[in-house]
Amino acid sequence: MRFAGIDIGSRSIELVIVDESGEICQSVQADTGFDPMSETRKLMDGIRYDGIMATGYGRNLFEISFDAPTVTEIKAHARGARAFFPDAQTILDIGGQDSKAIALADNGRVKKFEMNDRCAAGTGKFLEIMARALGFSIEDFGRAALSASKDLHISSMCTVFAESEVTSLIAKGEDRQEIARGLHTSVIRRAAGMLNRVSAAGDIVFTGGVAKNPCMVELLSEKLNRKIRVSPDPQMNGAYGAALLSAEDHENGLMKSNS
Amino acid sequence: MWTDLGLDLDAHDALLDVLGSAYKDIYLAQKNRPEGMAYFDFVMSEVHGLRIKEIMDEKASGRKIIGSYCVFVPEEIALAANATLVGLCSGADFAMEEVEQLLPRNTCALIKSAFGFKLGKVCPYLESADMIVGENTCDGKKKAYESLGHLVDNLYVMDLPQMKTENGKVLLKGEYLRFKDAVETLTGVTITAESLKSAIGVVNAKRAALHRLCSLRKADPTPISGLDGLLANQVFFYDNPARFTASVHKICDELEIRIQEKKGAFPEKTPRILVSGCPQAVPNWKLPMIVETSGAVIVGEESCVGERGARNLTADTGSTVDEMMDALVDRYFQVDCAIFTPNDQRLLNIQEMAAAYKADGVIHYGLQFCQPYLMESIPVEKALEEKGIPCLRIETDYGMEDMGQLKTRVEAFVEQLR
Repeated sequence: MRFAGIDIGSRSIELVIVDESGEICQSVQADTGFDPMSETRKLMDGIRYDGIMATGYGRNLFEISFDAPTVTEIKAHARGARAFFPDAQTILDIGGQDSKAIALADNGRVKKFEMNDRCAAGTGKFLEIMARALGFSIEDFGRAALSASKDLHISSMCTVFAESEVTSLIAKGEDRQEIARGLHTSVIRRAAGMLNRVSAAGDIVFTGGVAKNPCMVELLSEKLNRKIRVSPDPQMNGAYGAALLSAEDHENGLMKSNS
Repeated sequence: MWTDLGLDLDAHDALLDVLGSAYKDIYLAQKNRPEGMAYFDFVMSEVHGLRIKEIMDEKASGRKIIGSYCVFVPEEIALAANATLVGLCSGADFAMEEVEQLLPRNTCALIKSAFGFKLGKVCPYLESADMIVGENTCDGKKKAYESLGHLVDNLYVMDLPQMKTENGKVLLKGEYLRFKDAVETLTGVTITAESLKSAIGVVNAKRAALHRLCSLRKADPTPISGLDGLLANQVFFYDNPARFTASVHKICDELEIRIQEKKGAFPEKTPRILVSGCPQAVPNWKLPMIVETSGAVIVGEESCVGERGARNLTADTGSTVDEMMDALVDRYFQVDCAIFTPNDQRLLNIQEMAAAYKADGVIHYGLQFCQPYLMESIPVEKALEEKGIPCLRIETDYGMEDMGQLKTRVEAFVEQLR
């Protein structure tokens, strides 16, 4: 049997298929665009599965269109992280428009979480806009920041204010790699604050698209002096977790009907 | 009637349209509602209709109307002087551009809303009031009343203590005596031992009816939704007291039968949530709507529009006006508002409510920029978690732009409780 997890995020949609043993058989991805449901339909075209669970900010839309169960990103990421790292206690997920710090109990259940408020401060969107302001592609942004020898302090966490701060630093002739590093540091400060509120020590599993940024991983480790663990494809972690939860739901359903 | 009150008719119609459709989507869409809620549906449909007509009729017969923004304004004193006390509108954003010419942008939604209803000329309660009572609770309200004083010509400001000390109590008593004088001057009616005793009885009966309703929410499955429970607490501030009391008891009779029949608003074992924090005034139904469409049920409100406002009864043993004024001071002095420092009693009350209502978790509801409650939310969360009670702190306003993020947080919190 095959179980699907779909994570409809603000920037991208991920679909992961697992088999009964939880092994990933297939994973695909697309940009969310402005019509998430038609992008989702395209992505799901020809994909075969026996159960599906949706997560991400588009989950409720999916629930209506596809009559499928949903789970929050928080639980989905917790499940996905545990599958890769069975002893995971703390998770940082930074996606397109949300960032979350999650603490897990020993049994893997969510014990506590923190999530950013309404604005894009400290999220992938923030980094994306700043990369554009500095003329970097999102793929090169982290590497460029990592190559800087020092970071320039960026005081504003607001995306709009930070962008004008960046513009004035450029006008002052500051090095753009150092500005880039400063921006990464400012996101890390915020993420570290959230993490400290949910958990004091131990390794951190970093998930979400922003975990692909090498500068973020290094700065986070430096700032907290804790080991950062990243799965092979952190952006897929939510969809993977949802797929595993779908498989578990199926199993629990079988157990119930047999008893 | 509306033109006589000086309302802006187009704006008022627009407000009623929004209110009506929100009520339909949020309230009438609920399943398994008690039949007795039909009374509250009717009250809400006439909140800017028949109820205002009644108030205008009272005015025509010489009765005075007093508007209030806070549970510290004693309704007993108004009633004893043959006046009617009504809660004033402050639960929705209105005329925000005009409001932000008078108040800083980072003022809490409740204060901004009170101004919006005045500036937009859409609150018939405010316009029909012969006296508007402001009270020195938080700094935001205290300073905002200075500006409100320029918009209305009948503002009365009541001072309130900030510490639960003997001096604080003396201050409250002085202010209640001053308020009594002001109400007597307004109405031309002298408060007597008899009229005050009867007023205390009326308000005690109203609160006791709510206590009965609240205690029925302890059952699992809970016989009434949190949305409907909140609505009863909201209507408390608008309705005719005796009719309100009778209607709440009628619902309670029905709820007792529902409990016997194990009929709930939601299935048994639905995760139960206690909401604690800032007041939720009509039509601020944002949080309960999110919670109760996310697989949980709200079983209590630790709030001014809820148990903080209605918790205690006034001792009715006094026989002179003096003794009864003391009893009122004793009663209101117990309100555990976050303007008090320290305010340890509130934490005890939250824990007691969480236990009594068998809450699986507490959501701390804070209005953005509401310093007193946001300050308390951090120690409240810490204390609850130490006791093993999960707590989610939410900070929001009346806007809808954070609905998606709020829903994710609440759903994740509910997943955590299951």
